Amino acid sequence: MNLIALKMLRGERAKYYGLIFGITFATLLMSQQVAIFIGLMERTASQIIDLREADVWVMDPQVQYIDEIIAMPDVKLSAVRSVSGVKWAVPFYKGLAVIKAGDGTMQQVILLGIDDHSLIGAPPQMLHGRLEDIQQPNAMIIDRAGYEFIWPGQAVKLPREIEINDNRVVITGIADASAPFVTFPVVFTTYSRAVELAAKQRTQMSFIIAKANAGVDPTDLAKRIHQATNLQALTWYDFMWRSIEYYLQRTGIPVNFGITVALGFIVGASVAAQTFYIFVLENIRQFGTLKAIGVTNQQILRMVLLQATVVGSIGYSIGIGFCALFFYCLSGVTALRGFYLPWQVALGAAIAVTVIMLLASLVSIRKVFVLDPAVVFRG
Amino acid sequence: MTILTTHQIVKDFPAGDGVVRVLHGIDLTLRKGELTMLVGPSGCGKTVLLSILSGILSATSGTIEILGTTITTLADRPKVLFRRQHLGFIFQQYNLLSSLTAVENAAMPLVAAGMPLSAANQRAALILDDIGMGRHLDKLPRQLSGGQQQRVAIARALVHEPALIVCDEPTAALDAQTGHAVMEILRRRARDHNRGILVVTHDNRIYPFADRIIAMDDGKILDDQPNLNSLDPATFPIAPSPSNHSV
Repeated sequence: MNLIALKMLRGERAKYYGLIFGITFATLLMSQQVAIFIGLMERTASQIIDLREADVWVMDPQVQYIDEIIAMPDVKLSAVRSVSGVKWAVPFYKGLAVIKAGDGTMQQVILLGIDDHSLIGAPPQMLHGRLEDIQQPNAMIIDRAGYEFIWPGQAVKLPREIEINDNRVVITGIADASAPFVTFPVVFTTYSRAVELAAKQRTQMSFIIAKANAGVDPTDLAKRIHQATNLQALTWYDFMWRSIEYYLQRTGIPVNFGITVALGFIVGASVAAQTFYIFVLENIRQFGTLKAIGVTNQQILRMVLLQATVVGSIGYSIGIGFCALFFYCLSGVTALRGFYLPWQVALGAAIAVTVIMLLASLVSIRKVFVLDPAVVFRG
Repeated sequence: MTILTTHQIVKDFPAGDGVVRVLHGIDLTLRKGELTMLVGPSGCGKTVLLSILSGILSATSGTIEILGTTITTLADRPKVLFRRQHLGFIFQQYNLLSSLTAVENAAMPLVAAGMPLSAANQRAALILDDIGMGRHLDKLPRQLSGGQQQRVAIARALVHEPALIVCDEPTAALDAQTGHAVMEILRRRARDHNRGILVVTHDNRIYPFADRIIAMDDGKILDDQPNLNSLDPATFPIAPSPSNHSV
């Protein structure tokens, strides 16, 4: 009966393609929007995600997310280092600055200051130049996207002089760094130089990043640091979610994306369910004939579920393929880097499509189950 | 030999606050090798009786016995399986599956019973060939004429060799010549293969093909007599062959 079911499905070409289109559309819309949403949320915590050497982030108790900088006095670093279970703790600067290129181009940048000696907090991967050169006088490293923003279309040329907050500095390397939420270039320098370049304040240490000793639970360590220093201490994972949750709660982004994803589900489900329902309804006499000649309800259920599975699988495969292609094409666009299709999203879309097709099948099959096969005797 | 007997079949349909009785205690018997016609004016209850006799519709009261099994007491699933094994159906509008070829349509009862598709198609092809459709095995219903579609429906009704074949107005959508060709096939099957065939019709052009005619009106059997005007089998026209068949 499986082959019969497939022939029935493919025999109605317009509806067959309509069903596939509905599922493809729903899959594409849901997976693409959810993936972009996740990409955006990951961007809000990009510096935390990049800096995986640190187990614990320590900050002012009022800080709610990574872009909210409330500087701490330098003495707090010693206080953190003295907490039992801390392997190391180093300062980390984060702030905004304005750079001026040789041709007069002005650009706001995210300025990150990493530990002068250990270079903990450095970008995850160097693309050009050496990380150690950051310790040379006035040296800085810029992320790839930043270089392309400031010198679009130009070949890599190092070293390169720029001004930052009216101070002359030299770009000595280009690194690969995760895209931040706002697409500002990210420049790295040593902590002491970052503090010098930044606008002077009474306190300037943005964060302290710390590593737990072997065998020490970072969550416990964070609690101990908090108790010992009265500072806010979070594991990198908790801080990442704190930052993401801030955007979730304080911006309309999740609502907008949520609406789009829900629309994708509803439109996809409606198109698929309605087309499938019409497909079954227009074949009701044929189903009646099958029932009359002795095809059982279970056999018909299996036929309908097989038809739904085939249509769902093809539609999903095309939809998720288009989605993957979309992100593949995006990967070459500097401003949109960092967006990708997580496997969890692909899995979630598969589950959603399964639900859609189950709903469509149930709505349709009910009509067949209650169908009086005597309908076939009516002229 | 008796295939089917009924005892006091009654069928009521709800209507408003009450019920409408459409069958008033029907008693009848169908025998092997016999083509029986159930005739009567529209609305007299022929099709309802046909649906009940074939186990598609439930009777309000009364019993039906087919090949020694009382189908009125069977549960739904056993009834469906019984129908699949022992009954064949021919419908007024053919009711072929539009996406399947002639041979696949004819093979449906065997496939439904679990026979592999290739074996079922092979057996269906033999039947189709036997009734003059050998050249049209791979055609879709829309590529066939009405008469050809009805032949495919006949093949579907015969392929699993049921003891009883029920036909609902099998010639209503066909011209006289095509209708006669279809009836020839059915009557030959009844006689040569010892099947019981019940034909519901009000097409008096095909009455000569009946061995017995049961007349109904107002939900009651008025008359049940052998057909004295039945065509003599010896005078039957030659059954259409694949080469000369034009139905």
